[in-house]
Amino acid sequence: MNVADKPLSRVGSDELAANSPDTRTRHGKLVSSVITLAHGGGGKAMRDLIDDVFIEAFSNPTLNTLEDQARFQLSDLARYGDRLAMTTDSYVIDPIFFPGGDIGKLAICGTVNDLAVGGATPLYLTCAMIIEEGMQVSTLRQIVKSMADTAKAAGVFIVTGDTKVVGRGSCDKIFINTAGIGVIHQDFKLGADQGQDGDHILVNGYLGDHGAAILNARGDMHLTSPIESDCAPLHELIQALLTAAPNTRFIRDATRGGIASVLNEIAAASKCAIEIHETKTPIRQEVKGFCEILGLDPLYLANEGKLVAVVPANESQAALSAMRDHPLGKYSADIGSILPGGRAGRVHMQTSFGGKRIVDMLVGEQLPRIC
Amino acid sequence: MKYVDEFRDPDKAKTLIREITRLSDQLARDLKRPVYIMEVCGGHTHSIFRYGIENMLPSSLELIHGPGCPVCVLPMGRVDDCVAIAEQANTIMTTFGDAMRVPGSKRSLLQAKALGADVRMVYSPLDALSIAKKNPDKEVVFFGLGFETTMPSTALTVLKAEADGIKNFSLFCNHITIIPTIKAVLDSPDLQLDGFLGPGHVSMVIGNQPYGFIAEHYQRPVVVSGFEPLDILQSLWMVLKQLHAGEARIENQYNRVVPEDGNRMALEAISKVFELRQFFEWRGLGSIDNSGVQLNQKYAAYDAEKKFALPAISIADPKSCQCGEVLKGAIKPWQCKVYGKACTPETPMGALMVSSEGACAAYYQYGGAPKDIIQIHQLEETSI
Repeated sequence: MNVADKPLSRVGSDELAANSPDTRTRHGKLVSSVITLAHGGGGKAMRDLIDDVFIEAFSNPTLNTLEDQARFQLSDLARYGDRLAMTTDSYVIDPIFFPGGDIGKLAICGTVNDLAVGGATPLYLTCAMIIEEGMQVSTLRQIVKSMADTAKAAGVFIVTGDTKVVGRGSCDKIFINTAGIGVIHQDFKLGADQGQDGDHILVNGYLGDHGAAILNARGDMHLTSPIESDCAPLHELIQALLTAAPNTRFIRDATRGGIASVLNEIAAASKCAIEIHETKTPIRQEVKGFCEILGLDPLYLANEGKLVAVVPANESQAALSAMRDHPLGKYSADIGSILPGGRAGRVHMQTSFGGKRIVDMLVGEQLPRIC
Repeated sequence: MKYVDEFRDPDKAKTLIREITRLSDQLARDLKRPVYIMEVCGGHTHSIFRYGIENMLPSSLELIHGPGCPVCVLPMGRVDDCVAIAEQANTIMTTFGDAMRVPGSKRSLLQAKALGADVRMVYSPLDALSIAKKNPDKEVVFFGLGFETTMPSTALTVLKAEADGIKNFSLFCNHITIIPTIKAVLDSPDLQLDGFLGPGHVSMVIGNQPYGFIAEHYQRPVVVSGFEPLDILQSLWMVLKQLHAGEARIENQYNRVVPEDGNRMALEAISKVFELRQFFEWRGLGSIDNSGVQLNQKYAAYDAEKKFALPAISIADPKSCQCGEVLKGAIKPWQCKVYGKACTPETPMGALMVSSEGACAAYYQYGGAPKDIIQIHQLEETSI
C-alpha cells in the first residue's frame, strides 16, 4: 500500500473556492465600531455583522448560500475514506491575544488537530461565537481574519456558523466554538487501545510552550520571556507521519493536561506500562526556567501544536525522520516506549538525575506552590 | 539551565550514592535497623519525589518526611474562617495557588470561589496590595501562610500598606514558626530519628543558630540543605558522616544561599509587625505553644481576625486520619488506614494529601500506588 497515493489533499467541488468568483448574495456593511446587543438581535444589525465580518472573511460557496445548514455531497466525502470523523471544541482562552497566536487561530488549529489525530482529513468547520457586548469591531475583525487565514492554511472551509451577543459580564470578551468534520481513510485504525509492547513514543518538538506562554501573557508574574504558543495545525505533519509509519497505533494532540495526561490515557486504554526518559524529552530552557520559578511541571503544561504518537518499533526511525523533515516536527524526539511486562496503566519517567518517578494523571488544575 | 543543571549531575550523584550507601550500611548494621533521617521541609519532600531520589538510596537509609508543608498543616477551622471572610459581601480574598485547594470542614477556597466568593490567586502579597489600591470600595484580605520563608514578604506588605496609607487591606495571618514544631516532633514519645535535613529557605531568613538546641539537647545532627537533588544527596552524606563520627553539629550545606546569621532586614521586618501567639493549632499535630505569629498591637488595624467576626471553631481532624503519625515519622504514608482509599489527592481527608509537598500526595503522585509501595517496602525490610 502506498499511503502517499491516498487522496489526503483536498479535491472536489470546494478546491477552487478560494479563487472562485464572489458567490455572495448580500453585501451588508457594518456601521458601528462597537458590538452591542443589537448585533445579536436577529435584525439588520446582525445581518450586517454577519455579511461584513464573517462572510467577508470566510467566503466560500457552501457558506455563501446562507442556508441554516451546510450541505455536502456524500460522494465528495466518500472519496477521502470510509468513515466520517466529527469533533467539537469551545475556546475560552484568556488573554484572547497571546504570543504566537490568538483565540481565532486556536479555534481553527484545535479542531483541525482533533480531526487529524484520528487519521482524518479535516474538511469542514463550523464557527459559533458568543461575544460580550462592548467588544470593538476592529478586535473582532482581527480574530475573524486570523481564523480565515488559519483555515486557509489548513485547507479547511468554515461552512456554517452562529453569532450570539451577551450582556457585559455574561461572558469574557469572546467564546468561540468550532465543530469539524473530516473523513478517515479506510486503512487507518488509530486508537488509544492499540498500543503494543515495544512500541515507541514520539513527540514532534518542544513541550509546554503554549501553557507557559499563556500563563506568562496573563502578566501576573511580571516576567519578560520570549516563550510563544506552539499553536499550529498538525494535519500535514500527521500525513507525513502516517505515510512513513502506516502502522502507527495512536496519535493524540497533547493539549490540556500536557503529555502526562495523554500518556496516562494510552497506558490505561492499552493496558500497558509506559516509560519515558527525561533526558530525551524536549523542553525549552525558557519553559524549564519558567516552571522552576512557579513550581510547575512542564509535562502537565498545555500544548496546541504538539502530538504524541505511538509507533511500532520497526517504523519508529522512519516516522521520526519524516516528522523531522516537516517544519512543525523539526525537533521531534523518541522519548520512550511501551515496556513489556510493566504494570498496566502505569507511566513512569527515568529522571535525568538517575532516579525513577511515576508520572500520574493531574488532579484538578496545576497550582503554583507557595515557596 | 545554567546554575541548575550543575546541581542535577547524575555522575556526581552516583559518587555520592556510593558514599551514602557505605556509611549508612555500616550504621544500620550497628543500629540493627535502618538509619532514619527527617527532611523537615516540604520543598525537600517535593524534590525527593520529583527526582526519584528515594529509590536511589540504599535500603539501610530511610527518609522521614517532616511537617514542613505549611499548606498541609493548616487546620480545617482556620480554612473555615478564611472561607467565612471570603464569603462576606464586598470582600476580595487573595492567596497563593496551592492554598486554594485546602479543604475546610465545608469547602475549600476554590469551591467558595465557584459559589460566588471573589477569591484571587496571587504570586506575592504585594499583588494583594495592588488589588486593594485598585478596589478602594472593597476590603482586600491576604490569606498569609507559610513558615519564616514567606513571613518577611507578608511583613513588608503590611509595612507598605501602612506607608501608603491603605486602609482597605488586611491580613488573615496563619504564619507559623519552624523551631517549636521541630521541638514538638523531637519530644514525641514514638519518635525514631537519627538526624535532620534543615529547611534551606527558612534558614535563609533565620540563619543556622536557632537549630543549636537540636544538636545540644537532643544530640541529633542537622544539615541545612538546598533543594536541588545533589544538594539533598550531599546533605544526607553530611548527616551520615556526623553520625558515623558520633557527632551532632549544625552544618550548612546551602551556604550559597543561607548566611550564618540569617537575613537581618527580613528578621527586622518580621519583628516589627508580628508577635508570637501563645499557641497555634496544627493539623495532624494538635496545638503547639508559641508556634504561630499574629500582627502585634501596632498593626492591629490590618488584622483580619479583628476586622471580621469569625466563627473560630476548632474542627478536629477526621478520626481515621493518621497525618500526625506520618508527620512525626511514626508510620509511612502507605501505612495509614485511609491512604489511597478514602484519602486521595482528589478527595484529600488529611493534610498531607492536599499539597504536592505533602508526603502522602507526593507518594501518591510520584511514588506509586499503595500496593506497589507496600511490596517494595516489604522487600526492603527483608533485605536488612
